[in-house]
Amino acid sequence: MTKRFDFKRFVADNVVVVIFLVLTAIATPISGLSANYIIQDIITRIGRNSFLVFSLLLPVMAGMGLNFGMVLGAMAGEIGLIFAVDWGISGVWGLGFASLVGLPIAVALGWLCGSILNRAKGREMATGYIIGFFMDGVYQFAVLYLMGSLIPMRSLAITLSRGYGIRNTLNLDSVRQSLDNLAMVKVFGFNVPVATYLVVAALCVFIVWFRKTKLGQDMRAIGQDQGVSNASGIPVEKTRIIAIVVSTVLAMVGQIIFLQNMGNMATYNAHRQTGFFAVAAILVGGASVTKATIPNVFVGVVLLHLMYIVMPRAGAELFGSAQIGEYFRDAFSYGAIALALVLHAWRKRRGVEIDRAGLRRNTVSPDAKGGKA
Amino acid sequence: MRKIKEFAADFGWPRIIIFLFLVSLFIVAPFVGVSISRSLSDTLNRFGQNAILVLALVPMVQSGCGLNFGLPVGIIAGLLGATVAMQLGLTGWLGFLGAVAICIPFGLLLGWLYGQLLNKVKGEEMTIAMYVGFSIITFFSILWLLLPYSNPAMIWGYGGAGLRTTITLDNYWSKILNDFLAVRIGGSFVFPTGMILFFALCAFFVYLFFRTKTGTAMTAVGSNPDFARAGGVSADKMRTVSVMLSTVLGAVGILVYQQSFGFIQLYQAPLYMAFPAVAALLIGGASVNKASMVNVVVGTLLFQGILTMTPSVINSILQTDMSEVIRIVLSNGMILYALTRKTKVSK
Repeated sequence: MTKRFDFKRFVADNVVVVIFLVLTAIATPISGLSANYIIQDIITRIGRNSFLVFSLLLPVMAGMGLNFGMVLGAMAGEIGLIFAVDWGISGVWGLGFASLVGLPIAVALGWLCGSILNRAKGREMATGYIIGFFMDGVYQFAVLYLMGSLIPMRSLAITLSRGYGIRNTLNLDSVRQSLDNLAMVKVFGFNVPVATYLVVAALCVFIVWFRKTKLGQDMRAIGQDQGVSNASGIPVEKTRIIAIVVSTVLAMVGQIIFLQNMGNMATYNAHRQTGFFAVAAILVGGASVTKATIPNVFVGVVLLHLMYIVMPRAGAELFGSAQIGEYFRDAFSYGAIALALVLHAWRKRRGVEIDRAGLRRNTVSPDAKGGKA
Repeated sequence: MRKIKEFAADFGWPRIIIFLFLVSLFIVAPFVGVSISRSLSDTLNRFGQNAILVLALVPMVQSGCGLNFGLPVGIIAGLLGATVAMQLGLTGWLGFLGAVAICIPFGLLLGWLYGQLLNKVKGEEMTIAMYVGFSIITFFSILWLLLPYSNPAMIWGYGGAGLRTTITLDNYWSKILNDFLAVRIGGSFVFPTGMILFFALCAFFVYLFFRTKTGTAMTAVGSNPDFARAGGVSADKMRTVSVMLSTVLGAVGILVYQQSFGFIQLYQAPLYMAFPAVAALLIGGASVNKASMVNVVVGTLLFQGILTMTPSVINSILQTDMSEVIRIVLSNGMILYALTRKTKVSK
């Protein structure tokens, strides 16, 4: 029994990763971008995006699929930032303040999202997606109509001229890249935002530790089988809600890290693509609906963003239109999500059929034996 | 009294609230200076525009494939039909009917492929359908730039290649169904007879289809796949047929939408078009696995009625445009309500 490396099987198991690797491998030289430029951009984007992607890990562990409801956390983070800017708290303290304001909102929204998802077992992903849309409306109502009228706002610079509502673009000058610049270190000529990386590293440690706790084990058990977990005394519904709450809070912090790097915030649009990017990244990194690991996050962020950097240029070089490159990368990101979901559903069904066939064989074989004897 | 309660529980409170909301909007309208006849006319117009897209969802709901968030697959077939008909220089009735004729084979082909895919992923159709829809829209965004269209009315003026983002139908088949036998009553009320008739025809066809042997088998597959299999019905085949029918109806639906709107919208415009259609069907009383013609008509009227009335009435009352927020919360709230309800199999 030698354990050979089965190339075919490896490709079949990681087909999404392989497709993305091949695509970027082809597109990178065509784009003509320098290696230095690409590496610097990737370093920045890992710091900017990986925290958001990490927020997806826990719900996957708890068997709830990819948490499209993480958008709610992003909205909470944005509300926190609005207040930080409004109160004129700058630098890292501003980010801390934003997280503090965002925390109760994220917990409340996460609890709400988790409760709704508990009522829609088996279709968590589609439901989570719609919750994101629904809350987008509520967010818009709160920020566009309540802020400045019911919720007092101090700064005239961020409110619309009509007296209430927040402007379309929020200038985050006071907190811009404050976390990134806290400890910017030059390594081989590349700027590495060490402080941001440390935060991400701390999160990794937290996740590794969390998996080993009682709660983490409970979540994994629920991810395996809800019925059995319930029978063995694990509060299934409550644990599922906790998974979503933690995910939402992480997404809130992630969005704040993301926006401090961007430097300004499209008040009403910043969160719309958050879920898409995070989900695409983790799936491109080789995760599935039921299994996601820390390496998946990093591989995914690097691959997805590598494609986002090189594709427009490659499109411009190949077809004379950067627009084609942009459509190309969008098509492949959406396609990657669809493909990963399809492959997962397909495997699950195949697994069920094999199990069934196995059961049938078991029922047949005793008779056969009896015949011989 | 009990009957009313039963009816309310059956119909669902959210729908009753939405209905009452719409009625109160119509009652308030004259007091804030909004013309009722014009509002009714707009509502009917939007109803005709969107009803076939909503109707397109019914076959897949009935066959147990869930809400077709992959409606963009059908929309793409419709866009292909419209652009090819324009490229061939067909105008007027010939143009519209030509577009319908061209979009049907595309719809059947895409629908067949889409159906094969959905058969492989039973139980997870909705999320996958969503992303199949997004993928095909972005993929076709590339094709709209690359396909060799050459009609100057359709392509970008400067580059000489690639379709425009919006193509006007003014000299082709703009409003051709709307104006057919249109009845004008008073100053601002127009009944778009042709468009409503066309919808009625499609709805009648779908209604008849569900009375045929194939249609009944399809409903059986949706209600109880195991029972249907025991009765000798191939679930996969029925599901594929339902997806193909849904896709073709989606294609025809977008053509009707375009002729009333007056423009063909390409590229990213259809990305989210499935969501309002789904919301309308659910507002009409459909659930994730049961939908009827009544649901389509009632739902589209209610949903489009609210979309027409809220901007004008709410703006006049509150002096601000809250319609966008109301639209988002209402439509997605309705979808959430349907997704979280324990699905009743009976009836």
